[in-house]
Amino acid sequence: MAADCQVGRTVRSEHENDLPIRNPLMPSLLFWIFSALMLVFGAAVVINRNPVASALSLVVCFLGLSALFISLDAFFIGVIQVLVYAGAVMVLFLFIIMLLDLRAEERRKINAVAFTGGVAVALALFVQIFSIIRQLRGADQPFPALATPRSDDVREIGFLLFDNYNLPFQIIGVLVLVATIGVIVLSKRELR
Amino acid sequence: MPYFLILTSLMKIIGVIFLIILPMVSYSVYAERRVSALIQDRLGPNRVGPAGLFQPVADTLKFLLKEDFTPAGVNKFYYWLAPCLAMVPAIATIAVVPFGSSLFGVPMLIADINVGVLYVFAIASLGVYGIVIAGWSSNSKYPFLGGVRSTSQMISYELSLGLAVIPIFLLVGQLRLTSIVRYQIEHGWMLAPFIGDWTNPQKWLLAIPMLVSFCVFTVAIFAETNRLPFDLPEAETELVGGYHTEYGSMKFALFFLGEYAAMITGSAIIVTLFLGGWHLPVPSWNGGFHWALVDGSAPGWRGIAGGLFNIATFFAKVAVLLLIFIWVRWTLPRFRYDQLMRLGWVFFFEIALVNIFIAAIILAYYPV
Repeated sequence: MAADCQVGRTVRSEHENDLPIRNPLMPSLLFWIFSALMLVFGAAVVINRNPVASALSLVVCFLGLSALFISLDAFFIGVIQVLVYAGAVMVLFLFIIMLLDLRAEERRKINAVAFTGGVAVALALFVQIFSIIRQLRGADQPFPALATPRSDDVREIGFLLFDNYNLPFQIIGVLVLVATIGVIVLSKRELR
Repeated sequence: MPYFLILTSLMKIIGVIFLIILPMVSYSVYAERRVSALIQDRLGPNRVGPAGLFQPVADTLKFLLKEDFTPAGVNKFYYWLAPCLAMVPAIATIAVVPFGSSLFGVPMLIADINVGVLYVFAIASLGVYGIVIAGWSSNSKYPFLGGVRSTSQMISYELSLGLAVIPIFLLVGQLRLTSIVRYQIEHGWMLAPFIGDWTNPQKWLLAIPMLVSFCVFTVAIFAETNRLPFDLPEAETELVGGYHTEYGSMKFALFFLGEYAAMITGSAIIVTLFLGGWHLPVPSWNGGFHWALVDGSAPGWRGIAGGLFNIATFFAKVAVLLLIFIWVRWTLPRFRYDQLMRLGWVFFFEIALVNIFIAAIILAYYPV
C-alpha cells in the first residue's frame, strides 16, 4: 500500500517541470479517492444480488480505473478504458442480462466452512503479497523517472503497435476474426 | 497560476452551460415546434410573449410545478438515477470542444486534451446508460422495449461514428480538436476546399472522402441522439413514449433536455471536425483581395470583439445544423427496426471502411 502511494506521488513530481500549473498534492489525493471508489464498487459487483446492479457497479469501477490511468498522464489508455469497457462491453453485458431477464438472486444460508475457507485463502494471499513487497529492495525506493515522451501518447502507442509489434498485432487480429466467425458458425448451427 | 486556471475554467464551465447550452436547449425546443408548424402549415406556439418567444419559460414553469409522481412498481433508486445519467454525458462532451479562439488571452475551450475526439466518443458511449436504466427500472413493457432497442442501436452506430472520422486524422495526424481547427484555418475547411489555397488539386480530391465522412458521421449522430429517422427507442406509435413512458414532470424534462443537449454537442462536434470550428474567413481588401483571419489575439477592443465574433460564429454554425436536424425530423418517416440495423451494419459500416482506404490512397499518392 505504501508503495502504491509513492507511485502516485513521484510520477506527478516528475512532471512538475513540464506542467507547472498542476498542484503536486492533488493527484495523490485523487489517487486515494479513485482507488477507494474502485474498491467499493468492485466489492459491490460481488455483493449485489441483482445482476443489473452488479453490472452497473462494474461500470463505475472501470471509470475509477480510467481516472487512475489519466492521473498517470496515460490519456489514451484511460479514454480507451471508458470507450471499450464501460461504453461497449458493459452495454452488451447489460443488454444480455436484460434479454435473459435474470431475476435477483435469492439469499442463501452462508455455508460456514466455505466462508472460513474463503476468508483464509484471501488472508493467506494478502500476507504473501505483503511479505514479498516488504522484502523487495525496490519497494522503498522512489519510482524511476518516466521517459519524457517525444510526442503524443497516441502517436507513441501507434508506432509501438504498428512498428515494433506489428506481427503480434496482425496475429491477434486474425485470432479475433477466427473467434468471430466461430461464434457465428456455432450460433447458426441450430437453424438447419 | 493554478488558481487563475481553476477560476477561468470554472467561469468557462458555468458560462458555457448556463449562458449558452441550456438557453440553446430550451430555444431549440421552441424552434422545433415553430419550424414543424411552418413545415406542416400550422402556426405553432405564438401566444406567450412576442411571437411566442417566452414559451420555453412557461414550459419550464409547468415542468417544475407539476406533481413529481413516482409509479408504485418502479425500482426507485435507478428510476431517479436514469434522468441524471441521460443529461450529464450530453453536457460533459462539450468540455473538449473549442467554441472560440480566445478572449482576454484565455483560450475558449474548457480542456485541451490530446485525445480530444476519443474523449467525445467515450463520454457519448456512456449516454446509453440513462436510456437503458430508465427502460429497465420502470418495470413496464414499453419502456423496457425502448431500452433494449436503444442499446443495440447505439452500439451499431458507434462503429460508423468512430470509423467516419479516421480520414480526418489521417490528414491532420492528431486527435486534439484544437489542432484540427488550426489545420482547417491554415488549409481550408474539410468540406470547403475553395477556402484558402483553392488551386491545390489534392484538396479537391480529398474533399470527396471528407464529404462521405461527413454524411456517415452526421447520420450516425442522428442515430446516436435518437432523432427521427432513427427514433426507435421512443417511437410513439409503437411504444407509447418508449423509455420515458413512466416519467413525468421534471424527470421527463431532463430526458427531453438531454436529447436536445446531445443534439447540440453532436452538432458542435460536426462543426469542429468538418466545418472549420470557430473560423470564418473575412474578405479583406488591404492591399489586394485576401481572406483575413479574425481571432482574439489582436490587442485592445479588437481582440475582444474578435473573440466574441468567433464564439458567435461557432454557435451560429451549430444553430444552422440544429435547423437541419429539425428539418430532417419533420420530413423523413421512421425506419423499420430491421431496416435500421441493416443500414448501420451493411451500408454505413462498409462505406466508412472503404472511405478510409480511399483517403489513405489519396494521401499516399499525393502527400501534403
